[in-house]
Amino acid sequence: MVRRDVRIKAVHLRSGRSAPPAASFIKKKSRMLVNMQQKIRVGWFSFTCCEDSTIIFTELLNTHYTEWLPRLEFVHARVLKKGDEGNMREMDIAFVEGAISSDIQEEKLKKIREKAKVLVVVGACAVVGAPSNQRNFFAQENIAEILPILQKFKYKEKILKVSDVVSVDEKIPGCPMNEEAFLQVMKKYLYAHH
Amino acid sequence: MHTIDFGRDFNLTLKEISKIEGAASLDIAVRNNKVVDLKFGISEWKRFYTQAIRGKNAMAIPQLVARICGTCSNAHLLASTKAIENAFSVTVTAQTMLLRKLLYYGLIIRDHGLHLYVFSLPDLFGKDSILDFDEHDELEHELLHDTFAVKEVGNQLSIAVGGRSVHAPYPTVGGFLKYPSLDDLKKVRVKLEEIRPRVINLIRIFASAPFSFSFSRSLIYNALLSSDFSFLYGNVYTSDGKVFTEEELGAHLKAVIIPYSQARGFTFDGNFMMVGALSRLNMAKEHLHERTKKDGSLGTAFFPSKNLFHNNLAQAVEMLHAVDSACDIIDGLTHVEPEPIARIKPRAGVGIGVIEAPRGTLYYMLTLTEDGTVKKGEIIVPTGQNQVLMERAIFEYTQKKLDMGAQKQELVDHIEELIRAFDPCMSCAAHFLKVRWMKA
Repeated sequence: MVRRDVRIKAVHLRSGRSAPPAASFIKKKSRMLVNMQQKIRVGWFSFTCCEDSTIIFTELLNTHYTEWLPRLEFVHARVLKKGDEGNMREMDIAFVEGAISSDIQEEKLKKIREKAKVLVVVGACAVVGAPSNQRNFFAQENIAEILPILQKFKYKEKILKVSDVVSVDEKIPGCPMNEEAFLQVMKKYLYAHH
Repeated sequence: MHTIDFGRDFNLTLKEISKIEGAASLDIAVRNNKVVDLKFGISEWKRFYTQAIRGKNAMAIPQLVARICGTCSNAHLLASTKAIENAFSVTVTAQTMLLRKLLYYGLIIRDHGLHLYVFSLPDLFGKDSILDFDEHDELEHELLHDTFAVKEVGNQLSIAVGGRSVHAPYPTVGGFLKYPSLDDLKKVRVKLEEIRPRVINLIRIFASAPFSFSFSRSLIYNALLSSDFSFLYGNVYTSDGKVFTEEELGAHLKAVIIPYSQARGFTFDGNFMMVGALSRLNMAKEHLHERTKKDGSLGTAFFPSKNLFHNNLAQAVEMLHAVDSACDIIDGLTHVEPEPIARIKPRAGVGIGVIEAPRGTLYYMLTLTEDGTVKKGEIIVPTGQNQVLMERAIFEYTQKKLDMGAQKQELVDHIEELIRAFDPCMSCAAHFLKVRWMKA
């Protein structure tokens, strides 16, 4: 705690800025408390992929964060905050990108499915498996070359798409995910709970 | 998940380090308050791109390897394009070179922006997430706004030039499939000027950051550098005064197999090595844009620096350089001429392409057959080159913090802050080539 205060103070001192007026603070705070109770719990998970849909999502936040943040709470999103996936929380919506390479990933995906009311797969690797599943189509000599790696780290024999493992409620295809389709899904679920 | 059993002896495991690109893990064993074992592993699951590109036509390679990494996809796209053009002796037009630079400056703004604002800035404020910034605090509110405003302009510049900020569809071997409109570029130019004060503010914040750590052993910094600090062209320079062509670089990089990691590490002529913004600023700050040197002097004054946390500051300076350089290029454009793509004549040979990805030197070597088919490929990414140093630096930093009496969560916070300062990209690192397992 001390460390945190010191850092904030250090930045404040160098910025030479003063605190915001009290009246506007109280007004904003009360509005925020109302919204807090209605927030939709969102998880964002990445499996085997290049995480391009995560990047598209963080870029969409640029122009949508003021609309989205009062309405949702990120309960799991490693790109935005510390993970606590060993203690996975209930979610209204879980977004899942990437294909499934191992039993560990498969178990985690099943857990996400248990905890999420709605499961949305985003991006080509999650929706159809490709291109992360390219080793599924390797010639035998290429498989032989990578076999020691597959065995040592306990890879699955074949990489799976998400719907091979769990039921899926929405699919947003594209490599990276189609932005318009994602925005439509966000609109559908962010406002459905209000 | 973090499991901690503290006392004189304890083990610490970070299974999933947050706010980095991709997945990494760390295991530390402490006995009598001394670190006796530390393993930093890249836990991304491999997608075997170096095998997958074999047998494919060279022209299809840039769009495929762009999928190695979401955030720096355009770096993979341009490095592989360069390798293919070198193999086939393709010369591109001056306009194509300018547009590639412009595309790249967009990448630097949005990729460094993601790292500095979203991953690292919360550490400076003792917060878990940029989204936890207090909108009722004037400074935090402003920085939250800056985060998205600055990233968005980098995003828009990338879209205007490349058609999309991730896996850009327009650039190709020999030129561009579609050309940007001058009108769109001029609109982005206005926005670039608008975010300039925000980027200068970011430099000021990271210049005053309280983190500091210098590695105790000798360390080689290296980078591909050019007189205009373009990230895309030039020779490879090392901090011990050597200069290589990009074709010569591969001979100096030696792979180190790390049995518990899904990715290879590297040494440079057997030495600890570091690539990335800190290396670039340590060796070439005089080549930054003149406006950057003037208005970013609070940041550039720190270089050369041995403080590994100054990789963050160096990235902030590079963002300003990208803004200023992009403005110059757009100002110099009176029209954008749709040009035919350079004629490609495939031939057998080896093509090497080296560029500076946001996180450091990115090396492509493609062996091609006479009909332009990839026979084999070698891809060496920045995080692989930094991995050996990263693990040793984490070891030293952990011991330093233990000696200072760091406790529980504080120790975890410190370690994650250092890892984030390297800005590792695990998606890139785990693309994989081949492994020879070391015997225990």
